[in-house]
Parts: sequence; C-alpha cells; structure tokens
Amino acid sequence: MTESFINARPATVMRPPAPPKKWTRGRVVGHLLVGLWTALLIGLLVYLYSAWNPELIAKYGPTYLAGLKTTIGLVGSSILLGAVISIPVALGRMSKNRIASSIAYAYVYFFRGTPLIAQVFLFYYGLGSFKPQLEAVGLWTFFREAWYCALLAFALNTAAYQAEILRGAVRSVALGQWEGAASLGISKFVTFWKVILPQALIVALRPYGNEIILMIKGSAIVALITVYDLMGYTRLAYSRTFDFQAYLWAAIIYLILVEIIRHIWDWLERRITRHLIR
Amino acid sequence: MEGSIALLGFGEGGWGPSIASGVLVTVSLALATLPVGLAIGFFVALGKQSPERSVKLAANMYTTIFRGLPELLTLFVVYFGAQIGIQKLGQLLGYEGTLEINSFIAGMFALGVVFSSYASEVFLSAFRAIPKGQYEGGYAIGLSSGQTMRKVILPQLIRIALPGLANLWMILLKDTALVSAIGLADILRQTGVAARVTKHAFLFFGVACMIYLVLAILSSFVIDAIERSSAKSGVKR
Repeated sequence: MTESFINARPATVMRPPAPPKKWTRGRVVGHLLVGLWTALLIGLLVYLYSAWNPELIAKYGPTYLAGLKTTIGLVGSSILLGAVISIPVALGRMSKNRIASSIAYAYVYFFRGTPLIAQVFLFYYGLGSFKPQLEAVGLWTFFREAWYCALLAFALNTAAYQAEILRGAVRSVALGQWEGAASLGISKFVTFWKVILPQALIVALRPYGNEIILMIKGSAIVALITVYDLMGYTRLAYSRTFDFQAYLWAAIIYLILVEIIRHIWDWLERRITRHLIR
Repeated sequence: MEGSIALLGFGEGGWGPSIASGVLVTVSLALATLPVGLAIGFFVALGKQSPERSVKLAANMYTTIFRGLPELLTLFVVYFGAQIGIQKLGQLLGYEGTLEINSFIAGMFALGVVFSSYASEVFLSAFRAIPKGQYEGGYAIGLSSGQTMRKVILPQLIRIALPGLANLWMILLKDTALVSAIGLADILRQTGVAARVTKHAFLFFGVACMIYLVLAILSSFVIDAIERSSAKSGVKR
C-alpha cells in the first residue's frame, strides 16, 4: 500500500522555492537587540574618541601596562603554586585514611565556602595581629608585603578548587585502567604518571581553563589591599582624574585578556583531543 | 578568649549588633538579586536557543561581556557609571543638587547581571536536555506556545537546572562580599570596621569567614529540601 503510493510519485521531485523570510516578531526583536548592542558599542567608541586625552594616556597608559603585568604575574604564579599545593590536597581527599580525608575536606570546604576577598583580608590584615610572633620566626618581611599575602591567599584558594578538579578527573578514569596497569606489573606511581594522568588531564582541561579565567577576574580584588594590579591602577587613575574612561579602558583590557585565554583553551582542547575525533 | 567573646557579644562594647546587621544586609542583597538574575538569565537563555540568528547573537554578546569582566569592575562601572548618568540626567532636567545612587541597588543590579550571564548557560543546557517531543506534545493537545512553555517545559526545566542554579547561588552569596567596596554595610564591611577599631583583625575577619561558611551550610540544607520536593513531583523513570 505505502510502496505503491511512493512509486506513484514522479521520479524527480522539484522542490518548491523556499518561502521568503517573514519579519516575525522574534526577528524584529532580534534586530532591535543587535542594533542596541551596536549602538552601545558605537557610543562607547565615540565616547572614548571624544574623551581621548593624549596627556591622560601618556600619564596613565604605562601604569595600565605595569598593572596588567602585575595581574598576569600574580595570577600565573598563584595558579602554578596552587597546582603544586592541590596535589597533596587531592590525594588527601581520595585517601582511605579518615583523618587525612577529613582534613583535606575541611580545607576544601573552607576555601570554597568563603569569599576570596574575605580570605585575602584575613591574610593581609589578620596576620598583622600576629606581628610579634611572625617577627620572632622571621616571616614578618614576607607577610608585610600585600603582594605576598595576596599570592598566598590566591594560591591556597585556587589549590582548593584545583584539588576538586584533579580529584574529579582522576575519578573519571575507569578503574580498569588501574587494574590493567597493575596486571602488567607497573608500579602505582608509574601507573598514575603514565596511564591515569594523561587521560585525566583531558577531562580536567576545561575546568582548569575556567579556573584560570576565574582567577584573572578574582585577582581584581587585590586592588582593595593596595596592590597595584590593573584594577589598582584603574582606581588610582579614577580617583585622581574622575574620568570615567579609566574604568572603560580597564574593562576592555580585561575582556581582551579573558577572550585570549578562552580561545587559546579552545585551541588546546581541539589539539589534545584529536585522537578522540572519529 | 573571654575578651574575644566580649568583643563579639551583644553587650557593652560588643560588635554583635553591627555584625548581625551586616548579615542581614548580605542575606537581603543576595535574596533580592536572585529573582532579577534568574529572570534575565531565563530570557537570555531563550534568546540563545532561538532559531533567529540576530537574537542568538545579541544573547551571546551579553554573556561574553558580563562573564569576561571581573565582578568588582562590573560593580564599579555600574556604581560610578550610574552616578554620572543620573547626575547628567539631573542637570538636563534642571536639578542642580548632587544625586546619590543607592549602593544596594547598584550592587543588586551589578550582581544580577553577572548572575544572569552564568544562569543563562545553566538554563540553556537544561533547555537542551528537554526532548523536542515535549513541545510537540504540548502543541498537539492545543496549547499555545506560551502555555506549552509555562505548563509543560518550565516545570521540567527548573528540575533539571536546579543543581546548576544552586551552585550559582553559592557563588552569588560569596560575591555579595564585594559590595563592601562600594560602601554597603555588609558582613565584610562591618567586621572590617570592627577590626580597624579594636585591632583584632584576625578574630573579626575569621568570624566573617565563619559566617559565610554558616550561610553556605544553611543554604545547602534549603537547596537539599527544594531538590527533594521537586524530585517528588517529577516523573519516576
């Protein structure tokens, strides 16, 4: 029945031409919204052009660059330091030892459950309460510097997040991989390093990228404890000139920075998952 | 030890009342931001999955911008930008006095915008998890597209999006600490004042951290309860 129906159709079917696109309500709204964004961007450009002040740029441009360097240096070193600290924390979280796992759990819970800004204040202002004790052990020169306090707080904070990323990634590798390596007589350490970690890192790559972006954005708060990063110099420029473009330039620089990282990460992910594409 | 209890207490010379008012400000700011962020996030997610390319583009630009900016910078841009904008508007209307913008409103707006750009991603992935047949079923029994959205899609959407939104709530709770930078008397601001006056910085900032932890633990209880009750109304699979 159906077959004869199909056979009844002519051998070649001419497709009707696509109907002209109508101006539906959604399309009108969409064009209006895009128009609004374009208008805002043009407005921003016009504002920045009209407010262009060579003196201001000459005076504060270099400080912005210096601030950007501080931001990148701070984020880079705290991410690396955090990665090192995160390994024992992640091991503790996965450990069967009750004490080790509960200490690691408390550490992660504290640093993920409280605001980064409160942690930075706790380290910078709070450790000042222990000045005599710190002087006695010779650590005061370290904790006196806002930059080092920020670095320590950031590293400990990101270590908690990175430990969770690492733990999730290692857990995502099938147990059979451990067993397979064990049956070949490979030691646990070599198994972890050569078999588990390469597979886990693929899973961990995206969360790591997100963590770096979160740290870049989070690092702006060091401006509140007198570290002159990009945000710090922005606040300085604004407080001296009361020119709103100070904040707009910072916004543009931060956006570019984050977008660059995002694109590098997309490229990295495509690159290291080449063998998974079928 | 007794000294610190007296400092934190509600009695003479105790900082209890001011810290308690800070907790109230933090909690009310987070609660006030939540509906704003959820509503904007929902509509942005709708835009992102619209078949119309221009709507998609506009929605994606929104997320790219507000997810890429540091929260503190967004807060400052909103706070100072709105200040200047209102001032200009006042001058235009012939008002010569100084107009102050409420830092609570500015904080609510800035945090709401940031929250919504993350929430839109959560809603989007929840939308993608709902099979097309649910829409078709709705249309087949004669519901309009608005009714289908409200009565068929939304209840399922909320259930799927709940874990992601719970996560965002925790982030929002922590982000409210940033408003202390624009002068709103939240937990961090109040403990900061106490720390400066009493010189017991470690004690007060430690207390601030503990209060945030307690708030996080309390909200995880509430979230668990909501998740359990929404799972009950769901289909058994």
